[in-house]
Amino acid sequence: MPMHIGEKDFKKRVTKGIEDDFMRGAVRSAQGRLQDKRATAADELGDWEDWRTLGSEIRSHTIEHLDYYLNQLSEKVAELGGHVFFAETGEEANEYIQKIAKEKEAKKIAKSKSMVTEEISMNEALEEIGCEVIETDLGEYILQIDDHDPPSHIVAPALHKNKEQIRDVFNEKLGYLKTEKPEELALFAREKLREEFLSADLGITGCNFAVAESGSFALVTNEGNARMVSALPKTQITVMGMERIVPGWEELDVVVSLLTRAAVGQKLTSYITALTGPKQLEEADGPEEFHLVIVDNGRSKILGTEFQEALHCIRCAACINVCPVYRHVGGHAYGSIYPGPIGAVLSPLLSDYDEYKELPYASSLCGACTEVCPVKIPLHEQLIMHRRKMVEDEKRTTLSERVAMRGFEQLMNSASLYRTATKMAPFMSTPFARKQMITKGPGPLKHWTHARDFPKPENERFRDWFKNREKRGEQDAKR
Amino acid sequence: MPKGNIINRDRFLENIRAKIGGIASDKPVEKPTWSVTPQRNVLEGYDQDQLITVLKDQCDNIHTDFFQTNVNELSATIESIMNQYQSKTVVYSEDKRFEETNISDFLAQLDSFKWDRLDRESSIKFAERAEIGITFSDITLAESGTVVLLNDKGQGRSVSLLPANYIAIIPKSTIVKRMTQATDYIHQKVENDENIASCINFITGPSNSADIEMNLVVGVHGPIRAAYIVVDDI
Repeated sequence: MPMHIGEKDFKKRVTKGIEDDFMRGAVRSAQGRLQDKRATAADELGDWEDWRTLGSEIRSHTIEHLDYYLNQLSEKVAELGGHVFFAETGEEANEYIQKIAKEKEAKKIAKSKSMVTEEISMNEALEEIGCEVIETDLGEYILQIDDHDPPSHIVAPALHKNKEQIRDVFNEKLGYLKTEKPEELALFAREKLREEFLSADLGITGCNFAVAESGSFALVTNEGNARMVSALPKTQITVMGMERIVPGWEELDVVVSLLTRAAVGQKLTSYITALTGPKQLEEADGPEEFHLVIVDNGRSKILGTEFQEALHCIRCAACINVCPVYRHVGGHAYGSIYPGPIGAVLSPLLSDYDEYKELPYASSLCGACTEVCPVKIPLHEQLIMHRRKMVEDEKRTTLSERVAMRGFEQLMNSASLYRTATKMAPFMSTPFARKQMITKGPGPLKHWTHARDFPKPENERFRDWFKNREKRGEQDAKR
Repeated sequence: MPKGNIINRDRFLENIRAKIGGIASDKPVEKPTWSVTPQRNVLEGYDQDQLITVLKDQCDNIHTDFFQTNVNELSATIESIMNQYQSKTVVYSEDKRFEETNISDFLAQLDSFKWDRLDRESSIKFAERAEIGITFSDITLAESGTVVLLNDKGQGRSVSLLPANYIAIIPKSTIVKRMTQATDYIHQKVENDENIASCINFITGPSNSADIEMNLVVGVHGPIRAAYIVVDDI
């Protein structure tokens, strides 16, 4: 799946989201639960602001010295007998992964959750050379079975689906005959996927955090599928976005503690699995061969710019879980596998403004995202920077907006024009008004009045009212 | 093991360096002293028994059965959990603590298998068939209710993963406050140039998922039920 998902037109995506009542209900309840759990976990831990400060310092330092830490990581992995491939683009990464799959004559590939592999369309590249790629995270598995429905949330990818829909998909595609109870659905997936883990030729994982000092990388999971993928197949490939690294184990503790609380309100998830190289001598399970693929794919464009802090993200989705815009439009409306506030910041950077020019405006700038970010990324400020950049540096505004703005400028600069326009407003708007409210406005007013009414301009202008007020006052005084 | 290959590194890091104005990567970067260290304040001053209470309480949150016993009663406790979980077939790690506590004698009477570090096929095959897996904890984190397994050699990764039920035996002396103490230990090994286990697992209860309507389902790919046994005196 590439980074861009769904319908090309932003407004159509948004309309589709707003009209999907089930999805909106699911998102509302998920947001509520996740917000509560995050807040409780942060309170219980205590010193939450200190934790955020520490997280922010660690991420800043690491990204400022990214070249050093990536070098150290690759040296350590190679010392342990693992192979490291640095990929500037998604294509380079895919070609290397295809090459390994061919060398190993891999038919079946078991994969655990990874956003970066989605971003570079790795599954499609492997399917092209005849491999079967099986998503083993429950949410991703559901989406894959359902004709590759795109993810709508970076932590809970199938958030937009209800259990009845999942039951029907399992029934139609896999012959599932039981009920919509989540326990029964999960047990069915357990049995189905167990066979796949045991027979996979190749395992592919993502990476939450690499640890430079020891050449390790940690997977933060709950289901146990990533453990299967890294214990059973004889060859393992791990794909990481180049910024997903910390200097040492001390820092791993901090970012993991922040991630599990901010994402799902857990003190730790069921499994934090820290893997270091391939299996060593006298070990029965684990991969005999290990490849680490480090992916740039547009990330280095962000380094050294005003958006560098976006690379501090630890992918917890706390910003998504508090966003009022996400709440109404859902994940698919963003048209990117990275939705919500962080998606609105990152997607135009990893891709471009042509593709994602609307996303920086898909925000009320309420700042709730910035407030919950465990590593203090100033998300809403970055959205404002995007807007400024698009308007000032790239002159990316629509023609109608430019015409309207130029008209407004002339209007405000000319006293006579201003007088005429404000006098005309009540007459011009009368045909659209009902009971002093405009409910179906023309032109630019249409988007506003679609959701709410617009008050009809007063018949008397403020200036006239003010002037007349004095006269009225004099008359009143004479009485 | 021979050294692995590193491909395309120079060009890749050059590009990063140009963007961030970084220093040459062969000169060591000094890690700064962080301005705050809140992780050091968690459960500060708690003694071992207080930590056991924290661990026990946390077990309720992570759907894990908690037991506390002494070495003499350990086999009996395991037996009763196995009955409760209706498990007869056992896989357990190769760990001298099984012999030291005489559990290996007890397990030998059952349909059991000791993980064989030299036999991948048989070990995985039995673990897949076993109804319960048993390991000792190497480090135990009170705050989160986590057992840390340093999986290498005889400590196979699959023992705590493939069977539907899992028992972790927790020597009281392995209990520390939180993840900070475990990562300190591992960091120290790295500093001393010692090898760390190829797979370090931080396990917190049975596997679970909330991927279906955010409803928690306990038991997905890993174990469905889990029990911790704290042993007073090893």
